[in-house]
Amino acid sequence: MATSNNRRKFMATTFQSVGLTALGGLLWSGYSDEVKASPLVLRPPAALPEDDFLKACIKCGLCAEACVNRESNQNRDGSQRKGTLQMAKGGDHRMIGTPFFVPTDVPCYMCDDVPCVPVCPSGALDMPSILNEKKELDINKAKMGLAVVHKESCIAFWGIQCDACYRACPIMDEAITLEYQKNERTGKHAFLLPVVHSDICTGCGLCEQACVTEKPAIFVLPIEQATGVAGDHYVKGWDKKDQQRVQNANEIHTKNERSKQDASEYLNMEVEY
Amino acid sequence: MSNMKYLLLRRVTQMTLLVLYFGANAYGWHILEGTFGASRLFGFIPLADPYTTVQVLASGFVLGADVLLGALLITVFYMIVGGRAFCSWVCPINMVTDLANWLRRKLKLDKEEVNYRFLKRRTRYWIMVLGIVVSAVVGVAAFEVLSPITIMQRGIVFGFGAGIAVIIAIFLFDLFGVKNGWCGHLCPLGAAYSVIGSKSLIRVKHTHENCTNCMECKVVCPENQVLHMINKSSIAVTDGECTNCGRCIDVCNDNALEFGVRSFMKQETRSGDFSHTSK
Repeated sequence: MATSNNRRKFMATTFQSVGLTALGGLLWSGYSDEVKASPLVLRPPAALPEDDFLKACIKCGLCAEACVNRESNQNRDGSQRKGTLQMAKGGDHRMIGTPFFVPTDVPCYMCDDVPCVPVCPSGALDMPSILNEKKELDINKAKMGLAVVHKESCIAFWGIQCDACYRACPIMDEAITLEYQKNERTGKHAFLLPVVHSDICTGCGLCEQACVTEKPAIFVLPIEQATGVAGDHYVKGWDKKDQQRVQNANEIHTKNERSKQDASEYLNMEVEY
Repeated sequence: MSNMKYLLLRRVTQMTLLVLYFGANAYGWHILEGTFGASRLFGFIPLADPYTTVQVLASGFVLGADVLLGALLITVFYMIVGGRAFCSWVCPINMVTDLANWLRRKLKLDKEEVNYRFLKRRTRYWIMVLGIVVSAVVGVAAFEVLSPITIMQRGIVFGFGAGIAVIIAIFLFDLFGVKNGWCGHLCPLGAAYSVIGSKSLIRVKHTHENCTNCMECKVVCPENQVLHMINKSSIAVTDGECTNCGRCIDVCNDNALEFGVRSFMKQETRSGDFSHTSK
């Protein structure tokens, strides 16, 4: 009798332990998954895509320390300036302990020697991705984000002359160019419109910081959020290399069932909601 | 008044490390940079936390050589000095939980450890394994998103923010909730270091002939299950859960406890050496 009682007790305890472990695991997984989900965050140069970055970053802060303590980060009187990279703390609503930057606060100054990247011990900042052909660090190859212009609040689009972002850009006349357009409203003035070129823009955010409007009309978004994907059904017919992509385009994704009606039938139909 | 030699030595060590880490960010010192997750010693020796490293690997990312080498160095170091020497000589949370524990004694909040059904001292090992499983499932180092240890250290180096709430929570939990609740029952990092240091060289040794059975050591010990040999047999504390904090040595007025090098020549059994206890 005693043994069967013991066995029953043992079984019950085991079941409860396993159950509680599963409960703990679910809560923990849910929490971890939620804190991962903060897509609108700008990472240091050479950071892996966000999903891999969150796996890889060991939260040591060596990048942020290299950033703030770089020689070029001093005022004329020798006092230290704030660094670009911050380490996310509780309340920042970003994965805790990971480095990020806020351009309106301190943008990335795109140092030639890129002090933040080589110190990364884990590979979350992927140095090879910003090496040029001569195997030298080249900050111009960084893709921290992409600047986006909101033309309704950009005063250059109103016809007021402003080229603050254009002049603040470290890759001036390449990452942001000024496009001239006739101002039809006055008939005798020109618009000088800032246009961002996504193949050159590194997402450093100097434009965002320089923007004169109350809330910047040009701002940096993470690449993932600031770009679209045309897909393989659309190729540049005039570009032989791009045409090759069409061979990948054999899958057809239709969300709604295809209409079996004749075109003239459904075009003349009343609108149904 | 009892001796406080090791207590003071530990506080000096903990504080010195934090000052060095703080200075690395604030003044650009190149002595000890980074945080406990991964650091750089003297500007070139990589160090990394083994448990963090395992979590990152479990999440599916192949880490850089620096971290792997660093984790190896740390593992070897604590395999020698006692795994949980990290807990009592390095970890900043130790100061918080030691304060809570000291206040508990002063306020006489409890005399004995209450036996919680599902909060045992072995719970931390479950959490340790669970942390690795969750890391693999979610694809992110799971303990690192809530570890009060690195939250506190980063708080000191980079600024706390709302992270201070976690530290206060741990303090309150240990003070009003469970005695030695965090370090002794929950912390998976401590569990990992218990495993790493289970065969370590530097150990507390007991001389039972000197012992007057005052039990002061068991009162101050945060893991007093490891002191099962007190006044019973003259053996070393071989349990990996011993943090090598040396408080028992400090409070012992009979020279019955001291640090020593573990001898693997003599057969030492883990829980109760029967050749000694059965007499």
